Amino acid sequence: MSNLKSYTRDPLYVVEPLSINPTKKNFGKCLVWGAFSLMLILAIIQYFKSNGSISFGFETWRPVLYAYIFWGFSIGYSRVLIYGEKGKRSLFVIPAVMFIISIVIFPLIFGLYVSFTDWNLSSFEGRKFNGLDNFYQMLSDPYYWNALYNMLIYIFFVIVEFAIAFGLALLLNANIVARKFFRVSFLLPLMLSPVAVSWMVGKSMMEVRFGPITKLAKTLGWDSPAFFSSPEIAKISIMVMDSWTYIPFMMIMLLAGLQGLPREVLEAAKVDGATKWPMFWKIIFPIMLPVSLTAILIRIIFKLKIADIIINVTSGGPGGATDSVTSFIFREYRDRSNVGYGTLLAFVYLICIVIFMTILIKIINRWMERPS
Amino acid sequence: MSKHNYTEKIIIYSLLILWAFICLFPIFWTVTTTFKIAPNVQKGDILPWIDFVPRWKGLRSLGLSPDTIFNESTVRDEFLKRFFNTFIISTCASMLAVFLGTTAAYGLSRFNYKFGPMRNPDISFFFLSQLILPPVVLAMPVLVLYRELDFLDTRIGLILLYTLTVLPIVIWIMRDQFNAVPIELEEAALVDGETVWGSFRRIVLPIVIPGIVSAFILSLVLCWNEYLFAALLTSTDAKTLPVMVASQTGSQGINWWSMAALSGASIAPLVVVCIFLEKYIVKGMAAGAIKG
Repeated sequence: MSNLKSYTRDPLYVVEPLSINPTKKNFGKCLVWGAFSLMLILAIIQYFKSNGSISFGFETWRPVLYAYIFWGFSIGYSRVLIYGEKGKRSLFVIPAVMFIISIVIFPLIFGLYVSFTDWNLSSFEGRKFNGLDNFYQMLSDPYYWNALYNMLIYIFFVIVEFAIAFGLALLLNANIVARKFFRVSFLLPLMLSPVAVSWMVGKSMMEVRFGPITKLAKTLGWDSPAFFSSPEIAKISIMVMDSWTYIPFMMIMLLAGLQGLPREVLEAAKVDGATKWPMFWKIIFPIMLPVSLTAILIRIIFKLKIADIIINVTSGGPGGATDSVTSFIFREYRDRSNVGYGTLLAFVYLICIVIFMTILIKIINRWMERPS
Repeated sequence: MSKHNYTEKIIIYSLLILWAFICLFPIFWTVTTTFKIAPNVQKGDILPWIDFVPRWKGLRSLGLSPDTIFNESTVRDEFLKRFFNTFIISTCASMLAVFLGTTAAYGLSRFNYKFGPMRNPDISFFFLSQLILPPVVLAMPVLVLYRELDFLDTRIGLILLYTLTVLPIVIWIMRDQFNAVPIELEEAALVDGETVWGSFRRIVLPIVIPGIVSAFILSLVLCWNEYLFAALLTSTDAKTLPVMVASQTGSQGINWWSMAALSGASIAPLVVVCIFLEKYIVKGMAAGAIKG
């Protein structure tokens, strides 16, 4: 019975006074609309000023921003005035929601417009609408498709990372001495900035003439090691560096999962005489499946943003072989100042990601629900 | 039986030591290269005092070695400025994200909301879905907006963007924390005449302090290392450490010892954080794993 009721009411139920002062209510409404119209007026003035239609107004759009912030605060305050206790509760969530809306939704809408324009920051012409031209340009841009294809390879590499991370988590979960030392040192690569890593590993340790990794490769029998000259090896080198920084991330998640394994099940299996290898495949791995999938999913999300190492070590080379979508668009922005085209590419990428992630999550959910 | 156990132990420890070596060697290499001179670098010397004699080469180029630390040094001023920028930006962004994320996560775990058609699960999804938004999508529109707002190359501009990138992670971690706190605690406080915000501040927050610390540290690490936004949105005033490191590597004729000193100095704070606060970092990342 109580179950049914708690579905409709809050988990934390608060008794509240029913009556709310009507003057307060009206004041709250006035405040919101007042702040809103103030912002609107400032925005209109600023718009005409930047158009050149009128001469007065402010230097920048900042006053509009301040009015916007004031409006945001008055929305929060008026919730309290209008709804009383209930309004105070909504104050928990409103700041975060408003923050995300103002920093994500506005730029996204604006970006959507930009992506249909021909706009080069370095030319004097300013932006002009050019419809689907950017889109057609994208369709015939081999480098962009190449970058998307590279992303697929990079994502498949997550499986390798996962295997290594799982192995390390098992090692750390074993009965060992100096566990704290090993855990800290395994975690360290995650703390390093990809930019620093790209110098430390990519530019100095993999240096062609006297980097230690090059020397190691030579002693192992590779005649003239070059890590960034052939497309395949360059891709692998980038992947190795990226994995090196992010394996700890998966490892820690998997380790947490391993430590949460039900002890009774393991003991029972041991009593039944299960040996290590079957016990892992038949018991540990299936129980760990949800944690594993979460770790892989989050890792893929991070992988989709890979750019820093590529930008700093190879800048996409040789011949675009290591380019990720982000690093490609980054160069489109910075080297060619091609804002319109770059933004369109970014939006297409966003759409690809959303479709890809939705399918992935659907598949995983279906797979998890299937009775094993 | 005991022999079998023995070989197993050897395998486990050798694997552990091998991976620890893989993790630590690049850091060791960077630190030692700071003290090398050109011939040492070219010969590929590794061990200090045995293979080569350490000199103050790298730190001197940053103006941080004992004989230059009291002199004027433009490089050092530049470095300290970038360091300070990075510090301010990442701590402010993390604090803001922790504040927004903690309150939002608490609200979502305790009350039912309805914003238009959106209910609690939708709002949660709205927050977490920001995680898959690639930063490059936002970069250009934000750059143009920031130019209009005069936010380009300012710390506040970067702080806002960094807050956005770590906010979903904070909410993810804190949601778990609050779900673990029994609601009866607050109900008791409310009966005693506390307000909702009062019980949140005085009863619940102290319990989840460890969770807040781990969310804060994770955000700090991510903000400290962020490169893409900083590279696109800053030019002189608000440049951060990663941008400085990257711009140095780009110039040819790499000065090995000074590059090593620079990268070493830029990673040092987080290495220290990792060594002393490892517990919290692990806790924060584990939070996501258990619940999913």
